[in-house]
Amino acid sequence: MPEHAPSSLLKKALERRELTLMLLLVVLLVPITIRSPQFLSAENINRILNDMAILSIVAIGMFYVILSNGIDLSVGSIIAFTGMACGMINESHPSVSPLVLLLVGMLIGLLMGLLNGVLVAYGKIPPIITTLGTVNIYRGLTFVLSKGTWVTAHEMTPSYIGFPRTTFLGISYLLWIAFVVIAVFYYFSRFTRTGREVYAIGGNPTAAKFVGVNENRVRVVVFLISGTLCGLAGALWTARYASAVNEMATGFEMQAVAACVLGGVNFSGGAGGIIGVVLGTLFLGVVTNALPVVYLSVFWQTLVQGLIILIALALNTLSDQRKSAKLLAQRRG
Amino acid sequence: MAEKQDFIAKSRLINEMSIKNRLIEFFTKWEVILVIIFTLMFVFFTNRTPYFLDWFNLMNATFQFSEKAIMALPMIFIIMCGDIDISIASIIALCAYAVGNAAQGGASIPSLLLISLLVGTLAGLFNGVMITGLNMPAIAVTLATQSIYRGISIGLLGDQARTSFPEGFGVFGQEFIPNTIIPYEFVLYLALMLLFAFILHKTTYGRRLYAIGNSAEAARFSGVNVKLTRIINFTITGFFCGLTAMLLASRILSVRSNIATGWDLEIITLVVLGGVSITGGKGTVFGVFIGSLLVGYLKFGMGLLKFSGTLMTIVIGSLLIIAVLLPRLLDLYKANRKLRLQAQH
Repeated sequence: MPEHAPSSLLKKALERRELTLMLLLVVLLVPITIRSPQFLSAENINRILNDMAILSIVAIGMFYVILSNGIDLSVGSIIAFTGMACGMINESHPSVSPLVLLLVGMLIGLLMGLLNGVLVAYGKIPPIITTLGTVNIYRGLTFVLSKGTWVTAHEMTPSYIGFPRTTFLGISYLLWIAFVVIAVFYYFSRFTRTGREVYAIGGNPTAAKFVGVNENRVRVVVFLISGTLCGLAGALWTARYASAVNEMATGFEMQAVAACVLGGVNFSGGAGGIIGVVLGTLFLGVVTNALPVVYLSVFWQTLVQGLIILIALALNTLSDQRKSAKLLAQRRG
Repeated sequence: MAEKQDFIAKSRLINEMSIKNRLIEFFTKWEVILVIIFTLMFVFFTNRTPYFLDWFNLMNATFQFSEKAIMALPMIFIIMCGDIDISIASIIALCAYAVGNAAQGGASIPSLLLISLLVGTLAGLFNGVMITGLNMPAIAVTLATQSIYRGISIGLLGDQARTSFPEGFGVFGQEFIPNTIIPYEFVLYLALMLLFAFILHKTTYGRRLYAIGNSAEAARFSGVNVKLTRIINFTITGFFCGLTAMLLASRILSVRSNIATGWDLEIITLVVLGGVSITGGKGTVFGVFIGSLLVGYLKFGMGLLKFSGTLMTIVIGSLLIIAVLLPRLLDLYKANRKLRLQAQH
């Protein structure tokens, strides 16, 4: 078969996870839109995007951790701690601008991620255990910080609460921030040395070490990214939902992992991309928002999400296995 | 070459002779460290409050952790093989839903038990088959089934609760053995603990789990049916989720869709704290037994001293990290000592 035959191009395109996901998204959108034409209205699209912005930020952090063959279970707790901290700072020092609060959130998140990363890289504790420990510690610290109280909407400044909703060129700040994060990390994972090193470590740590990749550094970096993005997400969360409570973002780690799985990120490390993760997040958002349209009660949301994750997982695995079987056949000649 | 062998023989002799070495070897075992921590904790709480070292209180406190401790037992098998199951809390919720619903329909206690065990076993079997059949990572599959099982009970139950149970249903989860202060639940736990210790340490099946955990490939080449063994582990775990759901429903006599939320991580914590390696192949039932009691009584004691529940989560989270970090440091220490000893001779 010639190299550029249209059928082979199509096959190649279908092997790309991103395109498959986009196709699935369209397939999903057609019946929903037929049923309820408003679903594709600018207003509704805007709402779905805004709903998913925070998840996409956190999922990108999770993406790097999974890419390096780890997992970060502590994201929900980091969001809670930073969100609470930002809410309390806003309450006690109303003059501090929201932008500074975002930076404070990122800094706190960075430190929490640093602790995770150091324990994993230098303590040689498996990521799942490290973050299983810190998910408890950080959540506990949130309670210690807040002494069990809440920060409610009227205790925060309008400028902070209004920040995610403020628009620039018709698009909310929240979305702008998500776009910037996506763009920065797309560049990071495609075109920077460290970004490529994460793929190398996740794909084959031994080989990566032989070509001079500093494994410990990469392991710390992925948790730094995840922690910092969670810090950003925490600061935005408190503002968007206009309250900071101790239980906020409980179980959010599972949503982030789900977005990654949908986006084709491989659990054994080394495979996946930012665009896939973003599409995975979007997919989750569309499904969740579409439930009322098909007259399904929100109570079924969890089940539908679980089924989608399982199907996506099975598809990922099957396509991986087919690919490696093909490679093996090629090698045998 | 001969020199080297001579040297090895010599150092081995030195190692065997030295009582000091043996003591160090003994006291750096994780199970022994756990017992020491456990004893210290008992002394500390006894010193601080007169209500701690009271047999009735100590026995009554077991109600708070028996169910989780029971779930930690089959989880040892799963983690021993290098797998993980984060769907157990959801399976428990699903079973509890089935029990609550059947009870409302007027089912008898034996049939409730049967239903619960059946639902749990099937859910566990599904996990196992999905994981081994398509060769998918356990954490990813059970993440999905976590949502699926929980989603079924949320979907069916919504914000409702099931609270009508047959006469005498509360016995298993609330009552004591007649004329004693020992709860049924705790006795059941102790019996199961011994059973699991026997299976893990004294039967071929148990030894196979260690083999798989150390190297699944090597185990397969020596004739172990790795896939089947892993499926059995998940199925057993599902079965015990069914049992736990019965105990839990019997204890609190109310079933909601958010029942047992967060138990997955708590139970995995018990197992890892007990010294079972998350990568598999290492650990004992005794370690997990002490680990479970340690966490259970730590919570009880801190509650007596009016520490908030949040401080406990910090303590338990730290304990978990220390539990994994400490053996690594001890190993490093041991290796250094050996090097030094060899250098001396």
